[in-house]
Amino acid sequence: MLKVRSKLLLGALSLVASGTMAQADGKLSLYCSAQEDWCQLMARSFEDATGIDVNMSRKSSGETFAQVKAESVNPKGDVWWGGTGDPHLQAAEENLTEAYVSPMRDQLHDWAISQATSANDKTIGIYSGALGYGYNADILAANNLPAPACWKDLLKPEYKGHVQMANPNSSGTAYTTLATMVQLFGEDDGFDFMKGLHTNVNQYTKSGSAPIKAAARGENTIGIVFMHDAVKQAVSGFPITVVAPCEGTGYEIGSMSIISGARNMENAKKFYDWALSAEAQNLALEVNAFQVPSNKGANTSESAPDMSSITLIDYDFSKFGSSDERKRLLQKWDNDVSVLPQ
Amino acid sequence: MKISSSENKTLPVLIFWILAGWVGFAVLPWYGVEDGFFSFDWVFDGYPMDRDYAPAAFLLAQGKNLWLAPMVFALLAPLLVLRLKKSDPRYGAILLAVGAAGLAWLMAQGLAIGIRGWTTDWLGLAFGPLDSRQYGMGYGALLTASAFLFLFTQGLAARGAINGDVFVVSAITGVIAIVAIFVFFPIAKLMTAAFIGDDGSISILSFLAKFGDRRIWGLGCFSGGRCGAAWNSFFLAIIVATITTTMGLVFALVVTRSGFKYKRLLRALTVLPIITPPFVIGLAIILLFGLSGSITGFFADVFGVQPTRWVYGLPGIVIAQSLAYTPIAFLVLIGVVEGVSPSMEEAAQTLRASRWEVFKTVSLPLMRPGLANAFLLGFIESMADFGNPLVLGGNYDVLSTEIFFAIVGAQYDQGRAAILAIVLLSFTLGAFYAQRFWLGRKSYTTVSGKGDSGVHPAMPRGLAIPTFAIATIWGLFTVVIYGMIFYGSVVEVWGMNHELTFKHYVTAFSFRFEDSGIRWSGSAWDSFWTTIKIATIAAPLTAAIGLITAYLLTRQNFAGRNAFEFGTMLSFAIPGTVIGVSYILAFNVPPVEITGTGVILVVCFIFRNMPVGVRAGIASMSQLDKSLDESSLTLGANSWQTFRGVVLPLLRPAILAALVYSFVRAMTAISAVIFLVSAEYDMATSYIIGRVENNDYGLAIAYSTTLIFVMLSAVLLLQLLVGKIRIGRRGAGREKE
Repeated sequence: MLKVRSKLLLGALSLVASGTMAQADGKLSLYCSAQEDWCQLMARSFEDATGIDVNMSRKSSGETFAQVKAESVNPKGDVWWGGTGDPHLQAAEENLTEAYVSPMRDQLHDWAISQATSANDKTIGIYSGALGYGYNADILAANNLPAPACWKDLLKPEYKGHVQMANPNSSGTAYTTLATMVQLFGEDDGFDFMKGLHTNVNQYTKSGSAPIKAAARGENTIGIVFMHDAVKQAVSGFPITVVAPCEGTGYEIGSMSIISGARNMENAKKFYDWALSAEAQNLALEVNAFQVPSNKGANTSESAPDMSSITLIDYDFSKFGSSDERKRLLQKWDNDVSVLPQ
Repeated sequence: MKISSSENKTLPVLIFWILAGWVGFAVLPWYGVEDGFFSFDWVFDGYPMDRDYAPAAFLLAQGKNLWLAPMVFALLAPLLVLRLKKSDPRYGAILLAVGAAGLAWLMAQGLAIGIRGWTTDWLGLAFGPLDSRQYGMGYGALLTASAFLFLFTQGLAARGAINGDVFVVSAITGVIAIVAIFVFFPIAKLMTAAFIGDDGSISILSFLAKFGDRRIWGLGCFSGGRCGAAWNSFFLAIIVATITTTMGLVFALVVTRSGFKYKRLLRALTVLPIITPPFVIGLAIILLFGLSGSITGFFADVFGVQPTRWVYGLPGIVIAQSLAYTPIAFLVLIGVVEGVSPSMEEAAQTLRASRWEVFKTVSLPLMRPGLANAFLLGFIESMADFGNPLVLGGNYDVLSTEIFFAIVGAQYDQGRAAILAIVLLSFTLGAFYAQRFWLGRKSYTTVSGKGDSGVHPAMPRGLAIPTFAIATIWGLFTVVIYGMIFYGSVVEVWGMNHELTFKHYVTAFSFRFEDSGIRWSGSAWDSFWTTIKIATIAAPLTAAIGLITAYLLTRQNFAGRNAFEFGTMLSFAIPGTVIGVSYILAFNVPPVEITGTGVILVVCFIFRNMPVGVRAGIASMSQLDKSLDESSLTLGANSWQTFRGVVLPLLRPAILAALVYSFVRAMTAISAVIFLVSAEYDMATSYIIGRVENNDYGLAIAYSTTLIFVMLSAVLLLQLLVGKIRIGRRGAGREKE
């Protein structure tokens, strides 16, 4: 027995001598936090464009942040693309992501670059979406309701039981809504607005885009969501009208970052530059993603909201993205708003 | 004679495992290969020197990962045993020590050293900082660990455990080991996660604070507000269990105690919940009763009332769950109602009791265990249900969905998910335990094997009429719901455009012929094939583990048998969402790092469905006379040969049933799966949920309908096969029993 075994070992050892070290080029590990089909399309198109193998894994931006943090000593991902800006900014703050100044910058909108400068070039804007709401025109008509145009319209008693929004505890969209009201009306009036809204809300959904989907199906009248989600339903043929509230509104900036210590740094930068190009950003339309692309030359859908006609507030991402402020506002909403009778 | 022969036969087994240990240590990659368990790129990619692919021995030779070194001694020591006789006390002692020590060291180092070096701070304080790190275990570690385990069991057998039967000892230990790793370890991880505070330290205070959360235990619904998720789940489960038990009893009475003609049809209904993807009924209910549902619209038109969203929340979930779980209660109760011996009832009638009195004082009390059983099953199923609350829940938060959103939503709070999971687990385990405790002690046996040729008396008329009415309405309702599902799959856009179309089927399942063969261009094929693949791999494994466990439970006596049985049946009472969360917590990090792979799905299905395999095995094995095994053993076969040559062939029906059942369950599972799928391994159910989320009801329902038909054919095929198998020389009369 022993003899057989030692021969085996010998054989294995001679293999060692002839073995060569592995080379890990031609690969890219992409963490994607946008919708699944968009992620797939980005990964495949980048493969087609460069021949680099993309290993894509899709997780929500919160999960991805947790994963990048957990792997920080031994990063497995190279680029983190998509998802709302807050966790990207937080990752930049904790030095989990790498600073990079792309040659593509001169093609980008200002808001995309200001996202980068506020994080010392460790992240950049790839798309943006403004908050608003949409309503089902058929149901509105069936109930003889006037068409709303402003945030404050939603407080009117005739809309009682007709408004739906997500729960800010479980949805980033709804947290953005809460933070927007606080910035738009001031903290006290903002919370008064949320309280007034509460009496009209028929359900706090778990996921951010659910209210407008319910409205599209005729299961709800008005849904507070990001406008691009409402546009998507309208384009799919549902009787949805998109509203950009008259008082002005908040927005999110979908971001991209290179993970610090990426194993395939060169390829990560290639992807970064490619993802900022008009050609890559045009892919969004193929999967009905109606966010506004950050490249000035990229196409926007005719149905997409025209950002220039929307009054955007000066959203303070660093303050309202910080976990302390988030926790405080959510706690306050939990204690002061959610417990009120409807 | 027998002793010497077994001595000669054991030796090859011993040599095999010693060799296996060395192969695992010195030949196969020690750590998990990143490209997946079934990919073999590593063979050409720098093996055996590359750090990621190197066997443990090569790592040590390069002076890396020195903590693996002690295992060399554990692998060398058993070589000493080869010279010893099996009867030598040192033989068993060495194997025991080596197996235990090797396994313990393997686990200890795996748990202590992770991706970021030491996994806990005190290890760093005790041994100084560690620069190295290690990933999840791979083939090598797996093989070496098995080798240690089976060296250990051979030691045990040599010391005389279970009459020195190596096969039985190994089987018992093997089952214990995998149940420990894949059921108890994740649950333990879950418990620990619940105590970890926001700053990462373990504290009871943060556990209590999160545990006492108003969103879990609040009782505001009695004063106009909202109740916590725990109470919501509890109330829901009580209501649903009551309804399903009553309805199940109604159906069972109609089938056994009335002149109803279409009993077979009613029995066929029991198959439905098994083959229905979990949220389809919820969707159908929205299409009927939602704000724009057809029935809502009809009532609004006829009575001029304003449509409301009443179905979202408790009412909707109750309707959906009652529909889904009544057949399960029926299945449980029909056996019980049939099992009440007619002679008891006849005796009562002879004593001039009226039919109503007989029913009330004789039949009903004898059905009590069945009622309790059905109630508890309904309770557990309702608690664990994920799909229906997800689509119909409205503002009525229940534990299973809250767990999901604690993990996937913006909050991403694993601690909260763990706490909610523990609350849910205590409810279901409580019910599971109550069932065993309460039913285990009373005897309700009335069928005794003596002449029992009576027929069940018909129901009293006062009972028969309402029973019939309810059964008919319910049956019609079920038919409407399933009709709805099919109709929904062939209309353009439900509620807006009812033109008939096959477009959803085309989008999902189109394919075309090309030079290179068939191209599956439909959007659903990926997840469909993955589901079939995973289900096909999981089914035989589930059946195998289930039957071996059943064999051990019915044929072998060993210390701790009851605990063993409880442990193997436990996973039945663990809700899918809890399994999902605990698997993420346990298997996302070394030593067992399998999230995002197909392996975790297979493993999940095996342990979710294992209790069914065990039950099926026990049921048919207790029908086989033990004397068969004994004669085989007397003729000199060992227990493995007996199991393979005698027991297994007689178990074919049970094997088939376990196979088909676990296959079908793997196709409809959602609650655990939704945490474990990845872009590469997407399952049919999670794909459908994704479509629902996207408002693509047509596609979702078309896909579900297809799944229903696929599973229906699997079940029918089983019926056909099992119906034809005749075992041995037993007459057809016995078979019918």
